[in-house]
Amino acid sequence: MAELDTSGGGKHKGGKIRSKKASTRVDLTAMVDLAFLLITFFMLTTTLSKKKAMDLAMPDNSVKTSQLPVAATRSMTILLGSHNKLEWYMGEAGKSAPTVDNYGKNGLRKALIDNGKQVAATHAAPDNFMIVLIKPSDKSTYENLVNTLDEMNITGVQSYAIVKILPVEVGDLQKNNIY
Amino acid sequence: MPRVKVARKSTFIDMTAMCDVAFLLLTFFILTAKPKVDDPTKAEVPFSSKEKLVPEDNLAIITVGNINGKSTIFYSVTGSDVRAEALKAMGAKYNVPFTADEIKKFSLLEVFGVPMNQLKQYLDLRPDERKGFPQAGIPADTTASNELGNWIYLSRQAQRGLHDKDLDIAIKGDKHQEYPIINEIIGILGKQKKFKFDLITDLRAAPKK
Repeated sequence: MAELDTSGGGKHKGGKIRSKKASTRVDLTAMVDLAFLLITFFMLTTTLSKKKAMDLAMPDNSVKTSQLPVAATRSMTILLGSHNKLEWYMGEAGKSAPTVDNYGKNGLRKALIDNGKQVAATHAAPDNFMIVLIKPSDKSTYENLVNTLDEMNITGVQSYAIVKILPVEVGDLQKNNIY
Repeated sequence: MPRVKVARKSTFIDMTAMCDVAFLLLTFFILTAKPKVDDPTKAEVPFSSKEKLVPEDNLAIITVGNINGKSTIFYSVTGSDVRAEALKAMGAKYNVPFTADEIKKFSLLEVFGVPMNQLKQYLDLRPDERKGFPQAGIPADTTASNELGNWIYLSRQAQRGLHDKDLDIAIKGDKHQEYPIINEIIGILGKQKKFKFDLITDLRAAPKK
């Protein structure tokens, strides 16, 4: 098939007539073709990249546990609004003006790091980590929530929770045109 | 002057080594192959920088995607035995008697998103006809007896009975889904005292410090 006849030909003049020896070479071209076809098929149908995930733990709200009072100045509340915008404030709702921010390196991440440092500097040693409350509004997207949780992992916030948003906070988002 | 004879060389290439390599690769791919599950919602998952791998078995995935502008919930659980058990329990709960043939078909179904009253009809279709069937999504609401909640609960029960393990739950949401539907799913899981679960994401390159 893929071989040229190189025997020269027509040389058995006078010599002994020998029975022609058949070549022991097997033509593998078709077999290789088939093997590569199957490889291509299996490569295209398999999922090579495994799925990645982030784990999320919600508090068990069915049992009442004794709650220790925490200083309001240690808490940072993040309100997730629409149009990929958020706002955050320190302390209690309504007492300090919220800051409208965006997701990303210079927005939320910077705010988290700065506030974390500030809380650490102004509180006594064992209880000087910041507590973050994430309050997604109905207009925020799933991506916003995942991004926020991801920022918690990146900035190393020790304690955070997803909390239901209050009506007064929705009103605040509306005031800033991000609801 | 004699003509210089150019020796005719054989054009035969030795394919043995190539064949060996090809079959070696083929064997590798066959052994590692896990067929792609066709995601009917085409959900675009958000990015995160966490590198936790999703378990491959003992897992239930709740997919929330957008179909014709509506949030639609799909459900899938690993293990055909768990699926069969869950379907039997669901059939008993909703008074939908499933035949042995339907249970077998369901145990091979990777992902589905039809309410209980359409499930029988959906299972009776040939696999190639199922693509055209409009999957309305699994109903989920805040009541205690919603279908998604029961699916999760009964598959967890089946997993517990068959393998003595608690089923892991993962949520695979399209990134443009609004928060209320995600909140609802978290609420449903919370009612079953399932407070730890995974959110499926794509890996983003780690941020530069």
